[in-house]
Amino acid sequence: MKEIINSVGIDIGTSTTQLIFSKLTIENMATSYTVPRISIVNTEVVYRSNIYFTPLDSSSNIDSENVKAIVNKEYKLANMRPEDLQTGAVIITGETARKDNADEVLSSLSDMAGDFVVATAGPDLESLLSARGAGTDFISDEDRCTVANIDIGGGTSNIAVFSKGTAVGTSCLDIGGRLIKVKGGKITYIYKKTSELAAAHGINLKIGDRADESVLRKLADIFAKQLAMALGLLPKDQYHKGLYTNDGSPISEDIKIDGITFSGGVADMIYNPSGENVFRYEDIGPILGEAINDCSYFSGVKRYDAAETIRATVVGAGTHTTEVSGSTIKYEENCLPIKNIPVVKMSEEDEQDLKSFSKKMSDKMEIFTNTDAYDCVAVAISGNFHTTFRAVQEMGKAIVDGLEGYNKLGFPIVVICENDIGKVLGNTLKVMAGLDKKIICIDNIFVKDGDFVDIGEPVANGRVVPVVTKTLIFNR
Amino acid sequence: MDTKELKALIEDVLSEMNIGEDAASEDTKAAEAEKTSANTADDEAAISDECLEDITKIDVKKQYLVENPVDAEGFMELKQFAPCRIGIGKAGARYKTLPQLMFRAAHSAAQDAVFSDVDQDFVDSLGLFTVQTRCRSKDEYLTRPDLGRRLSEEAVKTIKEKCEMNPQVQIFVSDGLSSAAVAANTEDVLSGLMQGLKAQGVRVGTPFFVKYGRVGAMDEVSELLNADVTCVLIGERPGLITATSMSAYMAYKGTIGMPESNRTVVSNIHSAGTIPAEAGAHLAEVIKIMLDKKISGTELKL
Repeated sequence: MKEIINSVGIDIGTSTTQLIFSKLTIENMATSYTVPRISIVNTEVVYRSNIYFTPLDSSSNIDSENVKAIVNKEYKLANMRPEDLQTGAVIITGETARKDNADEVLSSLSDMAGDFVVATAGPDLESLLSARGAGTDFISDEDRCTVANIDIGGGTSNIAVFSKGTAVGTSCLDIGGRLIKVKGGKITYIYKKTSELAAAHGINLKIGDRADESVLRKLADIFAKQLAMALGLLPKDQYHKGLYTNDGSPISEDIKIDGITFSGGVADMIYNPSGENVFRYEDIGPILGEAINDCSYFSGVKRYDAAETIRATVVGAGTHTTEVSGSTIKYEENCLPIKNIPVVKMSEEDEQDLKSFSKKMSDKMEIFTNTDAYDCVAVAISGNFHTTFRAVQEMGKAIVDGLEGYNKLGFPIVVICENDIGKVLGNTLKVMAGLDKKIICIDNIFVKDGDFVDIGEPVANGRVVPVVTKTLIFNR
Repeated sequence: MDTKELKALIEDVLSEMNIGEDAASEDTKAAEAEKTSANTADDEAAISDECLEDITKIDVKKQYLVENPVDAEGFMELKQFAPCRIGIGKAGARYKTLPQLMFRAAHSAAQDAVFSDVDQDFVDSLGLFTVQTRCRSKDEYLTRPDLGRRLSEEAVKTIKEKCEMNPQVQIFVSDGLSSAAVAANTEDVLSGLMQGLKAQGVRVGTPFFVKYGRVGAMDEVSELLNADVTCVLIGERPGLITATSMSAYMAYKGTIGMPESNRTVVSNIHSAGTIPAEAGAHLAEVIKIMLDKKISGTELKL
């Protein structure tokens, strides 16, 4: 029994906007005489859009109408309608995410692009998606080693590190090919942080200056060296800390990298250097590519080819945001999809102390139910400590007790477990909370406190639901 | 004849047979080593009141006994996929002592699971009444599968007396080939199943326990009570990985002599397989689908 679901990925980046459609194949991997075990067994990109420069109406805002026009045009070219899609993600990445109207563009696009297309942003998620799109996770799994991907776009460089196929760290730096723009031989734009970094190294750059390749190459060399520092290939200097996007944190010092892949627009200049005019894209991308290629600090680790370069992020968004729940779960008809559900994750200590569990749970839920912003709130547990029927009853009782206030609001009860107890816990909640209550209880999904999830309409004959978690978790 | 004489005799015979001295001395060395270790064990037993390690508690997924491995870490990663007896080293051409003992312990557990009876107090504690098939003993049960598929006259009478007729679902538990499986899983599976059916508003008959039962006994139960769906929770033939695996066989309107393909089965229910309580909840849904589609076995596409 195979089933194919259609997914879209839309990436509105600092320099480019792209879209892909992919098919995700889900299949029951268990024999017919055991409990089903349904998983995504294959992902295939079936349509790649043209690569457009991201339309901006002034230097500070995304041209929402033109972005919509691009998306509409590509849907038509791909012969795809929003209602054909079961899942996907729209993401605004890099410097574009800092634009004033980023949120507004995201939500309008997500409504237009399909019923269950989710909007996400955030540099950590972007790092992970681009690395998955570049195939870094696969390489590190195959070679049983630790591989970092640097996705170097127009505004940011997103780093994700995988060890034996598992994500172990992400970070994001304000280093990119379009932080300086050039037109007619003159510098037309410099990102503030970039000009500060240059000045600190005695390189003075002003808008209107002649674009001097040798001067810009000096800056590019600094960028390259900073990226090597971010991977721990040389000690970090005093300027390094300030380069992280949104004051984010570097990857752990304990991670030792064996290999590296590059993705993003600049990656093409690294893998395939060309002697063409360095300002052919009216920015410093090609110079940065050359600088990274020549940077000696990268030669100590193995360089792998990336599966995708400039399209890595959009491929990641279209093929790697969706996971499927466990195959024995509980949900009610006509309750799904639900979008943008905040997650209240209870700690393992809380789970082992059911006396105080209910109170702690309801306190945490109130933070969300006290605003009008959310339709419902999900409770997440590991489920590792309550696996016998009796213990599940105790867990169920603790959850139902904690839901007293929440239930008055008339929202469905949503519970997310890691361990395979979703169905029995769901039944327990149904019996305890009352047969008229709407229950959604899914398992085999790992989330953390503060995550947001979308749960889609059931697939695979109703056995599983697609789930998109909008932040990330390591070590699963 | 003492050991020395025996050793001399063996060496003589071997040298006459032209077998290398090495082999003989290896054997005697091993015998001596065993003797020494036995002695030490005796000495320790005299001064220690500690228990020996329970070798059945060792997790084979965490056990790696290869000496001087090239890549122990890589091998351990592979071992996590299944609880197989690999990477356990060897002593010459043989197993090491510990894996050998663990193997025999697993084999004994499997045999015990087959040959022992389910504790009657345990069955009573679950509130199940007990009936028996036409087998009168464990030996007869093992040698006469046909008798294990039919209920005794007394069983028929008791069931008619105590059970509700024409239920939507009739559930019973049976020892099958593993009493250990019944003891380990019945409470969780049965409770999860009953709750799941209750949550869906399905009417369930009176559950009971069948001693010396084979899967086919469900057909007679089905005819006897005129149930829409009959479900037996039964101990699986034990293996060397687990002796406590349980299966659930279900059939829609089962009849004696019906084709085996009319049965739907969910197997591998145990703590390291499908979690028993979750399996019960899953069974409830499978049964609900059977009731809705009025079909079971290979015809039923889940």
